[in-house]
Order: sequence, then structure tokens, then C-alpha cells
Amino acid sequence: MENCWSVFGLFTAIKLLLIPSYRSTDFEVHRNWLAVTNSLPLEKWYFEKTSEWTLDYPPMFAWFEFFLSQFARFFDPNMLVLRNLKYASFNTILFQRLSVIVTDLVYVFAVKGFCDCYSGKKTDKDSPSNGSSLILAILLLGNFGLILVDHIHFQYNGFLFGVMLLSIVRIYQGRHMEAALWFTTLLNLKHIYLYIAPAYFVYLLRHYCFNSKKDGGVAWKSFSLQRVIHLGFIVVMVFGVSFGPFIAAGQIGQVLSRLFPFKRGLCHAYWAPNVWALYNMADKTLAIIGAKMGKISKDELQGASMTGGLVQEYSHTVLPSIPPVVTLICTVVAILPGLVHQWMYLKGPRGFVKCLTLCALGAYLFGWHVHEKAIIIVIIPLSLLALDGEKYGRIFLLMSTVGHFSLLPLIFTKAETPIKICMLVAYQGFAFISLNKYYNRKSQGFSLPLLNKLESLYTLGLVPLLLYTECVHRLIGLQQRLPFLPLMMTSVYCAIGVVYTSGLLYKTVLMEGRLVKGQKDLKQQ
Amino acid sequence: MDRALLPYLFVLISVIVVVRWSVSLNSYSGAGKAPMYGDYEAQRHWMEITYNLPVSQWYMNGTNNDLQYWGLDYPPLTAYHSWLCGVVANRVNSSWVELLKSHGMESYDHKLFMRYSVLVVDVLIYIPAAIAYVFNEVSADTQVKKLAEASVFLLYPGLILIDYGHFQYNCVSLGFALLAIYFLDKGRDLWGSIMFCFALNYKQMELYHAAPFFFYLLGSAFRSKKENWFFKLVKLGVVVICSFMLCWFPFIFDINQASQVLHRLFPFARGIFEDKVANFWCSISVAVKLKNFLDQQQLVFLCLGTTVVALLPSCLHLLVKPSTRTFKYALVNSSLTFFLFSFQVHEKSILIAALPVCTLLHYHPVTGLWFLHITTFSMLPLLQKDGLLLATIATMLLYHLATTQVYNCGTFLEKPSANGKNNIVLKTFFWLSMLGCAAIWIVSLTLRPPARYPDLWPVIISLYSCGHFLLFLCYFHWKQFTWTIAGNEQSAKNIKRTKQKQKKFN
Repeated sequence: MENCWSVFGLFTAIKLLLIPSYRSTDFEVHRNWLAVTNSLPLEKWYFEKTSEWTLDYPPMFAWFEFFLSQFARFFDPNMLVLRNLKYASFNTILFQRLSVIVTDLVYVFAVKGFCDCYSGKKTDKDSPSNGSSLILAILLLGNFGLILVDHIHFQYNGFLFGVMLLSIVRIYQGRHMEAALWFTTLLNLKHIYLYIAPAYFVYLLRHYCFNSKKDGGVAWKSFSLQRVIHLGFIVVMVFGVSFGPFIAAGQIGQVLSRLFPFKRGLCHAYWAPNVWALYNMADKTLAIIGAKMGKISKDELQGASMTGGLVQEYSHTVLPSIPPVVTLICTVVAILPGLVHQWMYLKGPRGFVKCLTLCALGAYLFGWHVHEKAIIIVIIPLSLLALDGEKYGRIFLLMSTVGHFSLLPLIFTKAETPIKICMLVAYQGFAFISLNKYYNRKSQGFSLPLLNKLESLYTLGLVPLLLYTECVHRLIGLQQRLPFLPLMMTSVYCAIGVVYTSGLLYKTVLMEGRLVKGQKDLKQQ
Repeated sequence: MDRALLPYLFVLISVIVVVRWSVSLNSYSGAGKAPMYGDYEAQRHWMEITYNLPVSQWYMNGTNNDLQYWGLDYPPLTAYHSWLCGVVANRVNSSWVELLKSHGMESYDHKLFMRYSVLVVDVLIYIPAAIAYVFNEVSADTQVKKLAEASVFLLYPGLILIDYGHFQYNCVSLGFALLAIYFLDKGRDLWGSIMFCFALNYKQMELYHAAPFFFYLLGSAFRSKKENWFFKLVKLGVVVICSFMLCWFPFIFDINQASQVLHRLFPFARGIFEDKVANFWCSISVAVKLKNFLDQQQLVFLCLGTTVVALLPSCLHLLVKPSTRTFKYALVNSSLTFFLFSFQVHEKSILIAALPVCTLLHYHPVTGLWFLHITTFSMLPLLQKDGLLLATIATMLLYHLATTQVYNCGTFLEKPSANGKNNIVLKTFFWLSMLGCAAIWIVSLTLRPPARYPDLWPVIISLYSCGHFLLFLCYFHWKQFTWTIAGNEQSAKNIKRTKQKQKKFN
């Protein structure tokens, strides 16, 4: 399996090329955290507020920044000074970019592990060079979203997804304790992964703490308290290491208030393409119709459309506004079916990945203040499933195309436009070609591989949408009057695709019933 | 080409554009360095001149056209291209090409415009030429393998770095030259000569390739069985003269104009070499300062004489035994000879020798890669000055990995290559040479040169590269003289044998 490493090498070269590209404020955020963790004692980390970008990741990520800052001093000690706001010397940029590229090694290590256990299963049936692990390696290592968000926008998602994938690989390998360890670590690195915690909880409880009966049902009497204690010990230990010092110092309230700021609005600046984007759109449409019919005053409409774009708070005109509690309830309701299904029809590690995807998807569709970047948490597990049957291949293709497309507005600078578009075309093109080849399907008529006519039409519709948002809108001079229209169009168009594909995924996963006899999963003990 | 291949091509071109455009995010030559700036300003200045002045004043010194400030010194096609860009630039933002006032024009948007202007001609000329060439050249392999080879062809770092980083339009002249090679491969000699005339009229440096074209066409006309040789030569002559007339149309009616253009193209008044070049004269200047014994004219004749003598063997061989394969070896030999021995050589001119090596990479993956790495390495001082160090490292890494993966020639342990042998001695030398490059590179980055020799590192780099180039010149001569069609059949048999072995192995 030297495949993974050469693929990684090729992508590393591309990442190196992207070092001088545009950086978002996240670059300054992380630089500030380097300074905070390096120059202040532990007790002050979560109180420091010289910069507006205060530390709002869990303690282990702070320790990660502390670790990085030990090397940063060799590049440019000035980046570690708290007062140097927006400091970006060449060496600072080089160091921060390189730190992302190097910590991606965790990710490639995990991907290699996954490819190994994936191809290990297939060898008895096909020839060793059926290309499955190469396809997986390219789909995972070259993930468009990760490269865009990490190496242009600037974040450390590659490293974080490396840890996540590592815990998934451990589950594939049946090393449940290690899986729990890695996942708890992940939670303490970035708490957004709380959304997928239920999948781990249910899987480990059901699979590790209970045995199955012969028909696949739960053997209630087999409950092992010892194993629960083992798992509990791991979780408590990791959380203790991470949060312990802050609890001891009586700062836990402050830390938590930094981690969970409930001051933000329902939707992020640019609406992530989820259910709420459609809800907002419906509200807007109704408001305009209402105004036409004279039911709503002009002022009210004006107010609604003025705040429609980049302002954080969006006040609904016609439909009721959504409080956080409603989003929480919706999320729970969206996640439950997957969990119940996993509990009832245990399907081994693959079933677990499906459940995890549903959790991430539920949170993405209904969550409070969702970022468009969160779609990567859905796409990465889906790419693990891409070779598990045509249905999943189709879902992966749809979701990745739409999801990645919805990331394009993240990079809005003119110089980077060709890169983001060509990279998207290359990645999705490769995905379509390789999956088409893998499933050996002849494409029929004008539809794209694996997709039906309607889905193909929708997917190809992204091309005119892109053309409009990237140039036509500016050329016809609507930039001044309706500056947020392209964003809204992208968001709503993608939301339709995301919601449709989610329905497809729910349907596919939930329709899979109990194990048919003789089709037992190999990994099940 | 198959229609089913279109999606693959789409992906390939996207990847290629990503790499090219990422390089273009970097700085360019002479950024912010008033008063003369660099090649970027030169190209912009030509747009300004050609857009604002009538054709008759393009090459002439005048109040509005100070030839001392980046005067136009490329052939007419470059001038027309500049004019076209100037028209577009004027449409987008007229201050970019305002006469005299726009000198030293630099802005975010203008940089984007310039970068796009390179991308457009690259996508229109060089990229299709490379894909067409690779698909025509290699017959035995699968389509996917050809695509992979085409992507390797297009990832050669030197050209990307100079065109998208430093800033030039080499992809146009090299693209035309490549198209010419492609047409000659297909036996379409007339089209080939037209394309080569375009290349030559875009950049006079294409003269480095001219001798092999001439001798190949002459030789194949004599050996042509279909046509009378005289008739064929007349056809070729007419086509060449017509293309030249077409390119020079505004200048041919006035002898003053024509001679002025020629004078601008071949400035013998300049020095024997510029900066530190990895060529023969620059290298021996470390030991012997030729300028002290010879005057300018004698120097020119010395260069000319050496170049012609060095050119003769490979050209005469080509005349006697013209084949598409020996033609490519002769192209390498001719361009390398010019680079090493001719007058007024720039370090960027090595790209002209790199192109035919790229076309031969399929047959010589290890030596080809070695040569191409050295070419990029030889331009290091220039690239470093332009702030392209990171991009150089990244593109070289990318190219190395892509080549070794595609041609399966990276490690010592792989299956036999296309030649049917796994040459361990060659690879040992390859890696030793690469280690040498890396060592020089690291030392030049970390240590300051002694005060007495401020140019120590560039000189060492050019000496090291020049040594390699001289050896490569011998190597490619040897390849040209020993290559026979029979030998080729032999190696084809070898390929078959190894393939059968591999089948058994599987």
C-alpha cells in the first residue's frame, strides 16, 4: 500500500503551492491562539481577550496550539506576541501553513489504515489491483472541501478528521477501547463533533456492552457492566485530563461559556444550505407576495430584505422565528431514526458509519447556526461508503457535488476563483469517472453516471448557477442593488439538493432490514 | 481520440490549470522594483506601445517609444499578440495601457489580467499541442496511460514557473514548436513548417530548433518515395516564404522597417551572456576572462564558429538518416548546443532544450527526468530572485512524483521499464546528482557567500548545471547516432516479452 503515500505526496505538493493564497480571518484566529497559549499560563487561556478572536475550542486544541507554538518561535517569535494583532510576516504564514500540511499526516495515517482494512476484505474475491483502495485514497486525501477550507481558508480540519477517521478505523478493526479513546480526544479538540457522539454511544453500548442473539436481536442478559466501566473510565479520564485543571481552578463556567456562545443567529452569515435556508427563503417569498397583495407594509418588507444577507440576525417577516430550542428538538428527531435503527439491526462497522453519517446530517440540516463547512463532516463518512454499493455511490456523488459546490462562496477573492472552480471540477470529475468505472456502468443517454435523469439535470444546473453568480450577476450590474442575491441563490439551490439527498440516504439506510441469513458481516464476532 | 475520453480530459486540464494558477498567485519578476521593473513590465509596456502607436513606430526609437525602456525586441507575432492584449486591457481598464503614464503599472487586478492572458494562450496553444502530441506519439499503451503521460508533459516545472511566476509567454512559441513536431510526426510536413514559422516569428530564440527542422525536412524530401524531391522542396519553400510574409506583412514594404526589426531581434552589441548562465562561456569565464583578449566582433565569431561546428554532426546525421525519432534527438542536441555555445544566452533559454526532452520522456524516463530537473535547478538564482522558491520546490516535487509514478521509474526495485532493463547504475548516478543539487541548494540558502565572491552560489549552480548539460549533450548525441529502426524493433520485442512475463507473474 505505497499508494496512499504517493497520493499524499502529490496532494502535499499542491498544498505547498497554495501557501501564498488568500487567508480568511481564521488565520489570525489561530495565530492569536498560538500567542495566547504560548505567552500565558493555563489559568488565563480562557479569560484572555486582547483579540476579538478569543479561544473558543476545547482545552486539548489549546494544548495542540501550545505544542505548535513551541516550533513557531524558530520561524518568527513575533507571531507569539499577544499585542501583534493581524501579524502576518512571511515566516508566520509559512509556519502556519506548514503546520496544517504537516499535521495532515495524522489524516493520511488514518486513511491508510482505512484503505488497508478495506482492501483486506476484498482480496479473496477480486484481484488485488481492483483499484478500490486507490480510489478511496484519492477521494479521501484529495477531498475538495478539506483542501479548500484548510489550505486556502485556513483551519486544521485535516488533523481533526484524521483523529475521527482513526477512531472509525479502530471500530473497523474491532479495537473498541481505542476507538472510544480517539473519539473522546476528538471531542476535546473540537466540540462540533458532539453531533456524532450519539452514534458512538449507541454503537459501543450495543456492540461492545451487549451481545447479539442469533437472529440479530439484543441479548439483554449478556450485558457486561465491566465493559461499561472500561469505556466510562476512558471517557472520564480523557475529559479529566482536558478539563480537570480548569475545574480545579473553578473556571469551568468560563470555559463552557466560551465553547457554547448562544448569542449567534439561526443561520450563519451565508446560509448553509440546510432546512433553515429553505425556511428563510419561504419566508422571503411569502413576504414579497404579501407585499404585492398589500397585506404587509413596505417598511416591514424593506427591513426584512435589508437584513437578508450578511447580517447575522435574520428576522422573519411572515413565518414564526425559530428559537434555539426548536432546532434542538428537530435535530434530535432527525438523529433518532438512525440510532434506533442501529440499535435494532446491528450491521457492524459499516452500519456504524451509516448511523454516524445520519447523525452528522441531522445536525447539519436542523442545527442552530450551522456553518457551510460542516458539510465536510457528512461528506467524509459518505466517501467511506462510496464503494459499498451503487446506492451509496450515487448518494456520495450527489452529496459531495452539492456540498462542495456550496463551499465555493467561502473563497470570494478573484485571484483564487480559477483554483476553486478547477479543483472542484477535477475532484468531482474524478469521483464520477472512478465510481462509474468501479461499478462498471454504461451511462444511459444524457444522464450522469449512477444518477437518474432528474438528478443529472439538477447537478448540471450547478454550471449555469456558477456562471451567473461568478460573472453574469456582476456584468448585468445587479451587484449594487442586490449584493446578496448570488449567495442566496447558491444557498437555496444547494439546500434543495442536500435535502433531497438526505431523504435518499435516510431511505436507503432505514430500509436495510435485519441481516439476511448467510450474509453475516465478517467483522461481527 | 475517443469521445469517452472527454471527461478524463476535462479532469486532466482542470488539474493542470490548478497547478498553473497556484503558481501564478506568487510574485512576478521585478515586482515593485522601480525604475526598470522586470519582464512583467516589459510585456505590459509592449501592450502599451503596440496599442497606442502605429505599426511603423513599434520598433523605432521616438519620443513616445524609448527603446532603452524595454523596447520591443521580439518578432512581429509577439507584437501582434501584445496589441491584442492591449486592446482587451484598454477595454477592461484604460489606465493599464495609457501611453507613457502607465509605466510601472502594478495592481491586484492588473496582475490578474496579465496572468489570465498567459492562461488563455496556454489553454489555446500549448496544452492542446501537448495532449495531441502524446496521443499521437505513444501507440501501444492504454488511453489512461496516455492521459497520465500527457499530464506529466504538462507539469514540467520550468515552463510553468517562468510563464506563470516570472512572467513570459513561452507557452506560445514552445506550443507552436510542439505543434510543428506533432505535424512532422504525422507526416504533415507543410503544416509542420507553417507552425514552426509561427514559433520562430513569435520568439527568435526558436532558432535553437531551426537547424533540425531544416535538415529533417531536407533529408526526408530527398528520401520521399511519394513525391519528386524537387517539387516537395519547392512546396515547402513557398509555404515557408508565405508564412514569413504573412507574419511580417506590415514591415516588408519598407527596407528601413525590416532592417530595424532585424536589428532589434539580434542585438549583438550586448554581452556574451546575461547574469550567470549555465553555458560554456559563462563557465570558462570563471577561469579565463575572454573579454580581455577578444573584442566584441571576435567574440561573436568565436561563438558562431563553435556553435556551427558543434551543430554539424547531429545535423548531418539527420540529413542522412531522417526519422521522427532522430529528429527529436537532433532537436535536443541543437538547442543544447545553442544554449551552451551561442552568443547572448539567457538562463530561461534552457526551456527550449527542455521541450524536446519532454517529448522524449516516454523513451527515457530516468535520464529525461534527470535532465529536466537540472534545467529547473539551473534557473534557481532567477527563480529565487523572483520569490518563487516555494513554488519551485512544490512543482518539482509534484513533477518528480508524477513522473516516477506514471513511468514507474522511481525506486530501484520496480519491474523492468520500457527498455526492458532496470538500470541500477544509471539510477545511482541520478540520485547522486540530485543529492548534489539538494546540497548546493541548501548551502546556498543557509550560508552567506564570502565577501570576496558575492556571486559564489549562482556561479556554483551554473557550473554544476553546465557540467551536466555537457554530459547530456554527449549522451543525446550518442542516442541519436545509435538509434536505428531495427534497434527499436528489438526493444519492442523486449516490451512484449516483459509484458508476457508480467502476465505470468500476475
